[in-house]
Amino acid sequence: MPNMNLKKTAMPEQDAKERAANFKEVALGYEEAMALEEASRCLNCKHQPCVAGCPVNVQIPEFIELVKKGDFLGAYAKIRETNSLPAVCGRVCPQETQCEERCVRGIKGEPVGIGRLERFVADYAMAHGEAPARTAPSNGKKVAVIGSGPAGVTCAGDLAKLGYEVTIFEALHTPGGVLSYGIPEFRLPKELVRREIEGVCKLGVELKTNMVVGKCVSLDELMQEEGYSAIFIGTGAGLPSFMRIPGENLSGVYSANEFLTRINLMKAYQFPETDTPVRVGKSVAVVGGGNVAMDAARCAKRMGAENVYIVYRRSEAEMPARREEVHHAREEGIDFRLLCNPVAIHGDEKGFVTCVDCVEMELGEPDASGRRRPVVKPGSEFTLQVDTVVIAIGTSPNPLIRNTTPGLKTEKWGGIIVDEHGKTSREYVYAGGDAVSGAATVILAMGAGKIAAAAIHEKLSK
Amino acid sequence: MYRILKKRTLSPNVKLMAVDAPHVAKKALAGQFIMLRVDETGERIPLTIADYDRQTGAVTIIFQEVGKTTKLLGTLEEGDSLADFVGPLGVPSHFEGVKHAAVIGGGLGTAIAYPQAKALKEHGAKVDMIVGFRNRELIMLEDEFAAASDRLYVATDDGSNGRKGFVSDVLRELLEAGETYDLVVAIGPVMMMKVVSDLTRPYGIRTVVSMNSIMVDGTGMCGCCRLTVGGETKFACVDGPDFDGHQVDFDEALRRGAMYRKEEAESLGRHVCRLTGEVRNA
Repeated sequence: MPNMNLKKTAMPEQDAKERAANFKEVALGYEEAMALEEASRCLNCKHQPCVAGCPVNVQIPEFIELVKKGDFLGAYAKIRETNSLPAVCGRVCPQETQCEERCVRGIKGEPVGIGRLERFVADYAMAHGEAPARTAPSNGKKVAVIGSGPAGVTCAGDLAKLGYEVTIFEALHTPGGVLSYGIPEFRLPKELVRREIEGVCKLGVELKTNMVVGKCVSLDELMQEEGYSAIFIGTGAGLPSFMRIPGENLSGVYSANEFLTRINLMKAYQFPETDTPVRVGKSVAVVGGGNVAMDAARCAKRMGAENVYIVYRRSEAEMPARREEVHHAREEGIDFRLLCNPVAIHGDEKGFVTCVDCVEMELGEPDASGRRRPVVKPGSEFTLQVDTVVIAIGTSPNPLIRNTTPGLKTEKWGGIIVDEHGKTSREYVYAGGDAVSGAATVILAMGAGKIAAAAIHEKLSK
Repeated sequence: MYRILKKRTLSPNVKLMAVDAPHVAKKALAGQFIMLRVDETGERIPLTIADYDRQTGAVTIIFQEVGKTTKLLGTLEEGDSLADFVGPLGVPSHFEGVKHAAVIGGGLGTAIAYPQAKALKEHGAKVDMIVGFRNRELIMLEDEFAAASDRLYVATDDGSNGRKGFVSDVLRELLEAGETYDLVVAIGPVMMMKVVSDLTRPYGIRTVVSMNSIMVDGTGMCGCCRLTVGGETKFACVDGPDFDGHQVDFDEALRRGAMYRKEEAESLGRHVCRLTGEVRNA
């Protein structure tokens, strides 16, 4: 008999007050009994609507059936058939708009906690010796993957399983892309990212860090001189946007990329045990309403800021951040200043931020994105006293690859142009993830990596 | 890991290292830099590529021991390894068509100016090199500078060797004496580059400065190294580090350069042994 409880089995969490002072993971994950209880809510539908909602098509009912039997390692192997990073996806996917949105149980009550179960299975496998993944014998063909974020790692893993000799080129000293430098430890522990990528390397993928493709080596050299038959570009959208308002170059104004890279990748939260500093004052304004803004605000709180403001020009309904993240941020005491926009930042005589001038906004007619356009409310100027400002209004693709690859077509805003199989305007060159779409989600990048891997395989098998 | 092939002490606090990094050596050009990290808890710091050997794969860096990371780096010996060494980064310098150049270096900047002078000579330009140090003990690479220039002027702040005064004083005298240049390259402390740029502006001499902003990744993903050039925000790591000295907002660069002074002192304080003055690696 299925468990007909209308609610998901609750997942334990660190207490809000306690966790706002540490970088340990907020959600603690299911224990075995909880996982069994939640798995028994799955009806094992014949038409499997949940699978179609997953960009990498994890065989959801199958793996949950294995969980029901207590075969957690079997469930892990089932997920790994299509998903290289289950411990990551179980944590950071917006399941509410993907697999879980389509779950039949969600029609009346809450959907099955697919993400929570995926996370449980991956964590269990890591703790109890994961089953080795199967790979085909080498076919002798070399493929280069540029970037070790979710798109690149997924593409590399899929190609390795098919027998290709894959090399990933990563510009930073640590692989993972946004999983390592962007998403904070308290949402996605870095040790886990490291182990999950190691798992992909165990399939025979070679990882070269400190390699800035476009500087150290060009795409053409990789193909002509180093013998790569095809290339996948998964370089993401790492170029930060600034607001172009007065005072943006004052000391204490950060792009979210810089703020989060210092804290997550360079572990500035452990300074001076680690060598990279970050300046977080008593009061911090984070500008923006996406997941990156929530991450930056919650990091600032954990670094000891007393007042942390989210300054967002639209209302809560338009916020691109996940509901769960907004909820967590609120619980931790983040102060939301919605329908507000900064217009100028001021500093002291030494150039350090002292305050930010804002205006209040009203929502007008819908714009091109379908969201109601914010308009300045006349006479609504006010000032927030802050000593740190973090700009989290978005990113675009880094121009390095497109500037050094003749014939690679891109959109005006920098995104690489591809067909539905991830093929670019250059023969044997594929791309996917944020480098194509602009900043999106981890799982969409993984889906794009998977599609490109299949297309590369088809192209090279001819 | 990147092995240290050679180490040389140039002056009491300035050291030269050749590091085994073939993929950097293969592509490096004058004006470019690398980012390095000494160990797993280390920070990433930018250093200019002082020389490279495409055959052996060695890349030379020269650094002054000014804080925790550079002091720690200075304790490493030949055969030791660095955790990370990435490059070449930044835009190479452009010297096409230059006939008569003045290359000006201050302090450690002299070592960074040296490959620029060499590159200019290779382009067939006549090169005057003006190098400045606080005192005689700090003078370094004098033979190399002499070889890379047609005329070499050495200045010391206290007059303990060479002529007394700043590099800008030497340049001022040369300009006032009617010397003409089609390019001035200034590399060193921000204040020196500002003074030189102010000096050449009325003469309309193209003046290139190499900006030493604070950097984290060095690949254009964070904007930490941003500065204002001609009223626009630029990233030193990808748009530079060379910029038109007449367009740079040096006062802003000076303020941003001092942003972590307190934290830098704290980090150094924690790592220097109070008894011996040596840097501990922990």
